[in-house]
Amino acid sequence: MGQGVAIGLVALLFALLAWSLLTDEGGTLAAQANRGERPAAPDFTLERLDEDGDLRLSSFEGKAVVVNFWASWCIPCKDEAPFLEELWRDNRDRDLVVLGLDSRDFRADARRFADRFGLTFPLAYDGPGDEASSFGVTGYPETFVLDREGRVVAAFKGGVDGDDVRPRLLEAIDEALAT
Amino acid sequence: MIRAAALALVLGVIATGPAYAAPPNAADLEAELVCPVCETTLDQSNAPVAERMKTFIRARIAAGDSEQEIKDALVVQFGSEVLAEPPGGGFGLLAWLLPIAGLVGGAIAVALLVRAWSRKASPADTSAEPLDPELERLVDDELARFDG
Repeated sequence: MGQGVAIGLVALLFALLAWSLLTDEGGTLAAQANRGERPAAPDFTLERLDEDGDLRLSSFEGKAVVVNFWASWCIPCKDEAPFLEELWRDNRDRDLVVLGLDSRDFRADARRFADRFGLTFPLAYDGPGDEASSFGVTGYPETFVLDREGRVVAAFKGGVDGDDVRPRLLEAIDEALAT
Repeated sequence: MIRAAALALVLGVIATGPAYAAPPNAADLEAELVCPVCETTLDQSNAPVAERMKTFIRARIAAGDSEQEIKDALVVQFGSEVLAEPPGGGFGLLAWLLPIAGLVGGAIAVALLVRAWSRKASPADTSAEPLDPELERLVDDELARFDG
């Protein structure tokens, strides 16, 4: 009887572990992308930061999208902001959209950040970090490259402006645009 | 007359009770909210965003907001991770219930195991095989020698 209960408890713990692994969609999203699979990015509708109205991810279908999760208090986000702006300006005619999602932040701080770095790409506010969670973001910044069908081609944790990451990001963008 | 006056006084105190409610304490709130950068409570952080959050808390207290309203406003902007203690409802309730369930489950498991072991041990005592008569006689002889 006692042995049965002990086995039951262990089985319950394994079931909880399996459940947490299976429901961790975001983590799986980045892992799947970096394994060469192309999981569909979760769609979202968020309040815009740069202008009035909402922004829906699926409205960019047909274009490649660089989704960048950032926060005004995040130091690597400051370092990569000029690079992301440059990326947007240089590639917007190639059907590439850079999309900044500000998470866990005051709106006013986020707007000041955008002004300070002269960001002109679309920005949306994910204050409570719900979309960051659905993408499996574990820290800031994190960047996802989506192809024209909204599938994740690659995911990058940390800044994407470094010499080691930049070529991989550009390669992923080329791949996303080629679909 | 006196009774009526006392009743009026009590009712008056009850009716005016909320007007005397103390405003939220900034230090208490700073100990209950977490800085998103260093993930310590605000009172232990001097990160710029923590300072901004402290300023926000003081401004909302000055504006007359309750503790819960201030927490709710920060959760909307920073997510429920901003709360040092998980919320008491929804998924956050699990953080409170699981340790209790673990303790209760562990205690039940230990109790059942002890019971099972004691049951195994007790039949062995009662069903002990009788000593071989020859061996028993030898033991008795040896004991008699010592006694003698």
